[in-house]
Amino acid sequence: MKISLNWLREWVNPDVSVEELAEQLTMAGLEIDGVQDLGTHLGGVVVGHIVSAEPHPDADKLQVCGVDFGGKHAQIVCGAPNARVGLKAPLATIGAELPPKDGGKPFKIKKAKLRGVESQGMLCAQDELGLGEDHDGLWELPDNAVVGQPLAEFLGLPDTVLEVDLTPNRSDCLSVSGVAREVGVINRLPVSEPEIAAVAATTNKSFPVRITASADCPRYLGRVISNVDLSVPTPSWMAERLHRAGMRSIDPAVDVTNYVMLELGQPMHAFDLDALSGQITVRLAEAGESLTLLDGSEISLDERCLLITDDNKPLALAGIMGGMGSGVKSGTRHLMLEAAHFTPEKIAGRARHYGLHTESSHRFERGVDPELPRKAMERATQLLMDIVGGEAGPVTEAFEADKLRAPAEIPLRRGQIKRLLGFELPDHQVEDILCRLGIALQARDDGWLATAPSARFDLQLEADLLEELARIYGYNALPTSHLKHAGALAPSAEGKIALSSLRRQLCALEYQEAVTYSFIDPELHQQFYGSDPVVPLRNPISSEMSWMRTSLLPGLVDALAYNINRQHSRVRLFETGQCFIQSDDQLNQVQKLGAVVCGSRLAERWSHEKTAVDFYDLKGDVESLFGLGAREDLLTFAASEHKAMHPGQCASIEFNNVIIGHVGALHPRLSASLELPESVLLFEIGLEPLLEGRLPSYQKISKFPEVRRDLAMLIDQSLSVSQIASVVRETAGPNLTDLIVFDVYAGKGIPEGQKSLGLGLTLQDHSRTLSIEDISSCLSRIVAKLEKEFGASLRN
Amino acid sequence: MSELDTLVEQAGSAISVAEELAALESLRVEYLGKKGHLTALLKGLGKLSAEERPAAGAKINSAKQHVASLISARKETLVTRELDARLAGEKIDVSLPGRGRGVGGLHPVTRTIERIEDIFAQSGYDVVEGPEIEDDYHNFEALNFPPHHPARAMHDTFFVTDDTVLRTHTSPVQVRVMESTTPPIRVICPGRVYRTDFDITHTPMFHQVEGLLIDTDISMADLKGVIENFLRVYFENEALAVRFRPSYFPFTEPSAEADIRCVMCAGEGCRVCSNTGWLEVLGCGMVHPNVLRSSNIDPEQYSGFAFGMGVERLAMLRYGVDDLRIFFENDLNFLEQFR
Repeated sequence: MKISLNWLREWVNPDVSVEELAEQLTMAGLEIDGVQDLGTHLGGVVVGHIVSAEPHPDADKLQVCGVDFGGKHAQIVCGAPNARVGLKAPLATIGAELPPKDGGKPFKIKKAKLRGVESQGMLCAQDELGLGEDHDGLWELPDNAVVGQPLAEFLGLPDTVLEVDLTPNRSDCLSVSGVAREVGVINRLPVSEPEIAAVAATTNKSFPVRITASADCPRYLGRVISNVDLSVPTPSWMAERLHRAGMRSIDPAVDVTNYVMLELGQPMHAFDLDALSGQITVRLAEAGESLTLLDGSEISLDERCLLITDDNKPLALAGIMGGMGSGVKSGTRHLMLEAAHFTPEKIAGRARHYGLHTESSHRFERGVDPELPRKAMERATQLLMDIVGGEAGPVTEAFEADKLRAPAEIPLRRGQIKRLLGFELPDHQVEDILCRLGIALQARDDGWLATAPSARFDLQLEADLLEELARIYGYNALPTSHLKHAGALAPSAEGKIALSSLRRQLCALEYQEAVTYSFIDPELHQQFYGSDPVVPLRNPISSEMSWMRTSLLPGLVDALAYNINRQHSRVRLFETGQCFIQSDDQLNQVQKLGAVVCGSRLAERWSHEKTAVDFYDLKGDVESLFGLGAREDLLTFAASEHKAMHPGQCASIEFNNVIIGHVGALHPRLSASLELPESVLLFEIGLEPLLEGRLPSYQKISKFPEVRRDLAMLIDQSLSVSQIASVVRETAGPNLTDLIVFDVYAGKGIPEGQKSLGLGLTLQDHSRTLSIEDISSCLSRIVAKLEKEFGASLRN
Repeated sequence: MSELDTLVEQAGSAISVAEELAALESLRVEYLGKKGHLTALLKGLGKLSAEERPAAGAKINSAKQHVASLISARKETLVTRELDARLAGEKIDVSLPGRGRGVGGLHPVTRTIERIEDIFAQSGYDVVEGPEIEDDYHNFEALNFPPHHPARAMHDTFFVTDDTVLRTHTSPVQVRVMESTTPPIRVICPGRVYRTDFDITHTPMFHQVEGLLIDTDISMADLKGVIENFLRVYFENEALAVRFRPSYFPFTEPSAEADIRCVMCAGEGCRVCSNTGWLEVLGCGMVHPNVLRSSNIDPEQYSGFAFGMGVERLAMLRYGVDDLRIFFENDLNFLEQFR
């Protein structure tokens, strides 16, 4: 909300600077977001009157204007299309300095020749004076502007506009009067309201009003004002105040209702009386009804909408926006003013539902003082008749007192101040603060019974009063203490691997962590996962971010592509995070770890050949992650298929015989469509098993020597090493303490369709030294078993 | 000069010019061997009288020892010279880079979250996480946001269904903790949150860390102490000025925003702090009694505070990053700066 400081100071005028005032309000919870000085560069700018306008002899788009200002005359060359005889516009005379643009130097007005014709000043647009955005031509001043008067004087400048960023609980401050109250409280000053006297009725013309939805509208006031002349312009002081609050001047009736809203906080509406028939009824809409709003949009209504209607039709969406046709217009002769109380509960959500956000709905949905309508009605009547004349009828009020929310009565216990604010505030200070805020107090044994002012919708509970005490006392004046941690020590599972350790392990393996969006482009998802089900968003930010990811891989591959396109040839990324898996009616939010790499195995160096990463590099990384928790024993891999992976270079990752992820090469189809290098490797694993470590358990160390023996076996090319290894382990029994594959070879010297496998066996017994016979019998058992099972043979 | 002296002198000069171990060995044989010159002199002792023999023998023996020590010293010299020569040929260029692999790094968001977790872990705060697709109840209602309340408009919400949303803050994790735990509670809840905002200062996804402490007799003074302490530790500045401003969150009362003296300009006023000298870094407050009650915690028995901070904002201030969106571009040139 924007508020004019000059206006505010009419209500309450503490002896503090703008900066101090802004600080005071900010520290009281009314955050001042911006302070804008207006009219600081208006010396030498006056109201000018164009008395002649001739085409420039040498330029099509320029005119040579004769401009009067306070008994003087100037010749001005002007390019504005709206420059014309009779127009009053701001004139910057010789010597004036216009506001600097973008922090530059002020623009000094000098005598100048434009295409050979002398110009003795400059006629100005709004933006050239730093007083608005309008640059469509000269600022057209109203006819009542006094020719020659300094513009600053005419406009009530200089002024400062404060931008107040109000939190939704402080609807009571959505007006000059509300902010003034707060300033008064802070500075211990009385607030002087303009005198608002009841305007006596001079006719008995009225329009009947009734309420059928009194729970949602307990109070509705109407007043007829007849024989008004809306062709009279709004006085410039009022138009200026509206302008400074960010509102446009429309016509005197609308301007007055807006003015009263800015001044007192009560949204109002002005109907054209001739457009109404029968009586006003405030009621809920019926399904199937519709209404064309002031902005021209037609909305369909339902039972949740509160309406202002006459006997024939809906007139307005209560508290949100008036309807087309029933509002005042230029020819309106008689009008009816509305000032009502609509409950926040009824208005909340309705404007949003229709995509509307109006000054009125903003206030009503936060809460407007239910005691305000009559005062606002009198104020509006007075202001309006001062401008447009006319005769006021009596105020018609429909009111159901028992439907009005009673002011909250809140017990405040002395002990709670100490308990929750951490210090003791003497009774007289408590009473002083709360009374200044207009809270009525009744003393009780343990404290007080407080009654909140009708404008304060946010005061409902003891905690709310504690906040008021803290706020006015000053948050920074409250004590600060340091909690001791005396609690029991938290449980600590030694067998668990911390996610942070896992991440560091990946960093040690040269992976860089990425954070990609949890949203995914449906097209990318489908390229990876076809028609696998997903969770779509109802209101995505864009179509490329409209689904929730089921996997980290598409996002990571996307990030990889981003870097490859920026001249990185070796990229290694990982990410951990939630994925969203929809199966039937069940939504699973699963933590995963994903990684993607491409480029050379090691960074290019003098010391090694440049070799591209392959499947076994990534597999090794996966093994290393499980090695962190010493759980390699439960880890197995099996040839598998994955929609996004190369069908011949993909393995499922199994932990304790459950598939928990996949590792493999990106499917060449995807590499091609994403314009990536051929060899991109990736893996993804459910995070949970990775965090399962184990508690070490000591095994006695054998005192007897270990023996290493190597076997070179010829086996069928199609056999997997894991098949051979498991038979070797089984056959060798517990004395086999380690088994490694030291060589795999096919090609020259090996029969077609076969490969040679070099196995290194380490044998050791816990109770004795193994004899030569023990060892050779073990080896021959293994060879015999492999021959039998797989047709393998010893390589010579 | 006696024959002995002459022999020793000859041997000495021959040894001192011997350039190879083999030559040295020949000299040893020539003088000290079985048929060597000095050995021959010993053999000649028999010609002397019994009285002369001991003295002459001692003299020859001492000469032998002298020559032996010259040989051994020369040998030492030659061996050392030979080793030096070999080692000189084995010199490598130590300035060549090592063979080891490089090191990756954490994302600055993770780095920041881990730092916050570590700081609070010292005071016994556990880390708890929660779902990112959250129900309306936990994201709003249990946090004292009634349906359609204007405070909901402060959270531009992504909807999954009518009553499930992408969580707009990490506060629903507080509720889940309170539902399942009996106080005392001390937790930190980091994670991703989502709002339908995408411009130069907003991304539709960002990270928050929520903190919650519930116990008997917890007051706003304790809240102020924890926040002030945390911010000073986080920014490694014991003198960092911290101020509290009244604010509004439906789930805390009283509510506050915590500001720190601008870390960019030290309060002088700059673009980052919009010339105010202060930076808003964190929202906090005393847990609203309605929130305690909806999680079956008696507000007459327990009280507590909650706070929430934007991770990217803290990271930006700490590392001087001036563009929010760069956090999610995953440009290696950016990420590698946070190793």
